[in-house]
Amino acid sequence: MSKLTPVLSAHWDEPDSFTLAGYQRHGGYNAMKKALDMDADAVIALVKDSGLRGRGGAGFPTGNKWGFIPQGDNKDHYLVVNADESEPGTCKDTPLLMANPHVLVEGVIIASYAIRAKHAFIYIRGEVTHVTRRLLQAIEDAYKAGFLGKNILGKGFDLELTLHIGAGAYICGEETALLDSLEGFRGQPRLRPPFPAIAGLYARPTVVNNVESIASVPAIIEKGAEWFTSLGTEKSKGFTLYSLSGHVNNPGQFEAPLGITLRELLELSGGVRSGHRLKFWTPGGSSTPIFTDAHLDTPLDYESVSAAGSMLGTKALQIFDETTCVLRAVLRWTEFYKHESCGKCTPCREGTWWLVQILRDLENGKGTEADLAKLLDICDNLLGRSFCALGDGAASPIMSSIKYFRGEYIAHLTNGGCPFDPVAATLFASSKAGA
Amino acid sequence: MTAVQPQTDLITLTIDGFEVTVPKGTLVIRAAEQLGIQIPRFCDHPLLSPVGACRQCLVDIEINGRAFPKPQASCTIPVENGMVVKTQLTSEVAHKAQEGVMEFLLVNHPLDCPVCDKGGECPLQNQAMTSGRGESRFEGKKRTFEKPINISSQVLLDRERCILCARCTRFSKEIAGDPFIDMGERGALQQVAIYEKDPFDSYFSGNTVQICPVGALTGSAYRFRSRPFDLVSTPSVCEHCASGCSLRTDVRRNKTLRRLAGNDPEVNEEWNCDKGRWAFQYTMVKDRIATPLIRENGVLREASWPEAIAVAANGLQGKKAGVLVGGRATVEDSYAYAKFARATLGTNDIDFRSRPHSDEERDFLAAHVVGSKVRYSDIDTADHVVLVGFEPEEESPIVFLRIRKQVRKRALSVTAISPWQTRGFKKLQAKYIGVAPGAEGNALAQLSLTNQSVIVVGERLCESAGGLSAVAELARKSGAKIAWVPRRAGERGALEAGAIGNLLPGGRPISDAAARVDVAAAWSIESDSIPTSAGSDSKAIFAAAARGEIKALVIGGVDPFDMHAPDFAGLESAFVLSLELRPSAITERADVVLPVAAVTEKSGSFMSWEGRTRSFEQAVPETPHQSDLYILSLIAEALGKPLGFSTVRGAAKEFGTLANWDGARASFTSHPVANAAQGVTLASWRQLLDNGSLQVNEPNLAGTARKAVARINAQLAAKLGVANGDLVTISTDHGALSLNVELSDLVDDVVWLPRNAVASQSLRMLGVLNGAQVNIRKGL
Repeated sequence: MSKLTPVLSAHWDEPDSFTLAGYQRHGGYNAMKKALDMDADAVIALVKDSGLRGRGGAGFPTGNKWGFIPQGDNKDHYLVVNADESEPGTCKDTPLLMANPHVLVEGVIIASYAIRAKHAFIYIRGEVTHVTRRLLQAIEDAYKAGFLGKNILGKGFDLELTLHIGAGAYICGEETALLDSLEGFRGQPRLRPPFPAIAGLYARPTVVNNVESIASVPAIIEKGAEWFTSLGTEKSKGFTLYSLSGHVNNPGQFEAPLGITLRELLELSGGVRSGHRLKFWTPGGSSTPIFTDAHLDTPLDYESVSAAGSMLGTKALQIFDETTCVLRAVLRWTEFYKHESCGKCTPCREGTWWLVQILRDLENGKGTEADLAKLLDICDNLLGRSFCALGDGAASPIMSSIKYFRGEYIAHLTNGGCPFDPVAATLFASSKAGA
Repeated sequence: MTAVQPQTDLITLTIDGFEVTVPKGTLVIRAAEQLGIQIPRFCDHPLLSPVGACRQCLVDIEINGRAFPKPQASCTIPVENGMVVKTQLTSEVAHKAQEGVMEFLLVNHPLDCPVCDKGGECPLQNQAMTSGRGESRFEGKKRTFEKPINISSQVLLDRERCILCARCTRFSKEIAGDPFIDMGERGALQQVAIYEKDPFDSYFSGNTVQICPVGALTGSAYRFRSRPFDLVSTPSVCEHCASGCSLRTDVRRNKTLRRLAGNDPEVNEEWNCDKGRWAFQYTMVKDRIATPLIRENGVLREASWPEAIAVAANGLQGKKAGVLVGGRATVEDSYAYAKFARATLGTNDIDFRSRPHSDEERDFLAAHVVGSKVRYSDIDTADHVVLVGFEPEEESPIVFLRIRKQVRKRALSVTAISPWQTRGFKKLQAKYIGVAPGAEGNALAQLSLTNQSVIVVGERLCESAGGLSAVAELARKSGAKIAWVPRRAGERGALEAGAIGNLLPGGRPISDAAARVDVAAAWSIESDSIPTSAGSDSKAIFAAAARGEIKALVIGGVDPFDMHAPDFAGLESAFVLSLELRPSAITERADVVLPVAAVTEKSGSFMSWEGRTRSFEQAVPETPHQSDLYILSLIAEALGKPLGFSTVRGAAKEFGTLANWDGARASFTSHPVANAAQGVTLASWRQLLDNGSLQVNEPNLAGTARKAVARINAQLAAKLGVANGDLVTISTDHGALSLNVELSDLVDDVVWLPRNAVASQSLRMLGVLNGAQVNIRKGL
């Protein structure tokens, strides 16, 4: 277990890890006290020095984002935390908030202090009711403890924290759609520029950060930038939560330095489902181009994954063994994107509608090899042509799966339907398969 | 005309190898237009904010050698120095991207072009040909919806055809300020939607039909009526109000089938109101007067033109006569009436104001309005706009849009002096000064303005004694500009043409000897044949006829019920010559009725409230009807005092020589503000869509008229013991009317009524003007 670096997840196994007492037993809110004694600009500088990059998928340096907020502009600033975790396979923020909501609250206080925001919002996915309750309790407890509200710790810093419960639209994880939704409008992405740092929530300078990014801040304040930069790789500093799901023996969240490989993570998680072998996997959720067993040793940091043709994304590693039909998996994802496309732009709205129909036909053995060329061409017309990244995400799994498993697509056509037994890939089939 | 804009910040970029220099802030798609490079587009509209939704206009862009990694929507990106743009003409990537988007757009678009109203003039159809693949590769199932659905009585939505460009929703939100349509649902099921209980309630809804780039929004009245390629289009001018909108009239086989907003950046930009767009059946109604009519033994009978002209001339011969022009005549027709009165009939008893009017108003018009050149562009540069006696959304919708544009663009401050804070004022974010009708003058006296301010005055301010005097005083004090906005399209032109008792053509005061000599010389008549004293106004002409002092009346396009308590006795006793389109209260009593051409059946011009001449050509090619001026020329000929012209061109040419008077304007004497009436007073004006005679036979349009209600505030409601929706009866000595109450933001002790709704014709039913005391009680 030497590879693991539990920081955010260090105390998840304690029965009261989600309570204020449980959090404070391990030094919780000390970082806040330390930060409030610092100059706000020094906090930003520290986060910049740590090299912390956005954990929501794009990997933009968090300190730089904070630095974009114009200071001394006599405008209200806002911090908005994106907790609308909805990507298929992505399951890091939800367990983090379930087990340790206070770390986010503490991070929000520090970040708000740094960017000089007096009001912060957490936009949480509406379906996760248990998590919402725990987070609400944590916020309430933080208010009672004097960590939120007026004149925090007597330092003259005021902060209100509002938890907003989304209505369950994937698009609201896109930061500008999230802002529109938070303002009470339909969640559809906004035209940029202006960027949120200039005109975000209510047209005021706004930082939008992922849960994990903000939650990583207290540890950085507490232990320093040097400690953080000692972890990870040259350009991808620090630790992060890797979520393994699917055909692994011990799925879950694994907190490790950036740059760990899937091979190492599989060792930590008990390996691919017993009796089976790895077929393909996503490095960062369903929107990232898939990898195969050829990528077992690819370091899972921003640069290496990108160089290998995919994206680190949310580090949601969905593992699929050889019983899985890649076409079937891709079709399910595509159906998700069709369902979640907001409808604003043509390529995503119409492209996903069309792609689902073609993939369904292929799954049923209808079509010819020429349809694969058509499929790829449609993806080419969708990728990079849509208004936001949702359209890119819809095209990526199709294009990458055809790249690695073209033969399997064709097998559907020659076989007159799917050559796989879908039951074999299920969890309830694994006992039989393992026997 | 327009001042030359100083070009300070210019940007030079390269598009498809050509350099172009454009002002900073120009979008790439429009910079390309400067070179004649057309990038296909749907959601883009030059008057709406960029949205970048349709993705049809993707191009390759690099800035100083740094290329964007993927094609960019040229409708959202402003130009930059050193930018190199490659459109579909020079970039294979852009070309393929555009073809790809076009193919996507057609995935869910039905192939019903052969039966679609838009077919033949459809941007989707056209651009699918220029920028799409020849054949679609889509073999799947298209999404289907029930179609069409009414989003209002006059706008139909076909959701299958919709490409979700959001032009209509953006127009309604940004331009009209009526956000009653918005997108609903998600993905390919996204659709334009209305809230189930609130239809698309907007006076500007027709613009959404016009800017829809596909056949998704269609007008109820026009649906399935015609193919665009069967229509003959004529540039026209709207006759419904004084805004001066440029229009296009589309005619097939002598029938007007549709009217569209024309594009005039200085006036209506690309918009018009629903009345201007959808009220034109009145020219084609069955009861149009087809032939001359002569009264014989008390009954009108058909007659030939020569006979009718002879009878008319005989009836007028040697009699003291009065001339009533109405407010809807073209400049040329008004000029003909003005000359006919002076040169043929020898009288100054002429008035175009067939509506409430006052002497104060006549003096005000002669001193402060005639010859003035306040423009829409003065609103664009104003520091403050004051609205008094005027509800722009109801009474001159394009003035409303222009003010709203500036409010939205640069937070122009607007003050509204009115007894009721209307929805229109709220949309202008106007500072509302609530005053009882009649007290507007007092509120004006409190204002402080600058010489960059504009006071927009409605014609009904004349009902508040002293109101126009307060406007004149405020303008004198501050240097603010006065914009007088009458309701009817012909009033400003009639004023300039001299169809009023105190002015000769060109704003020449009748009392000015030099002015009379000028006009007499131009008309080749003796200068002393023009009476020297100002003539009577409309009401006085009717009264004089009733007293038998005026023995003949020439009346063109006047509805006596537009004036309050009209005196019909004069119509019974005098010889009445009526020039009309359709039977009216005048033709019922006239001795000779001569049919005239409607605006689509003649050429001519209107003068907008700005004093801007708006010429138009005949849109309907074959018509039996003649313009008023031609008919007047025949009668003048028969009377031996010819007009000297018989064509629109002839009249326009002659008026042109008289149009500008460089002598002194008439002077203006201030009138005091009258004391307020006691008790509950009446406030009333016309709404855009009502019982107006030019709106007949337009049931779809009428369906979007605002409901006729009596508006009172909570204070008066409590006094009367009525709640929202209760019936109240408003009465005077003259009559009574009953309406349901709607509690509104009014001043205390005022009841507001629609002036010309079917159930609420306040002038006709109550016989009183704004500010008059009325009785109001609960129930019938």
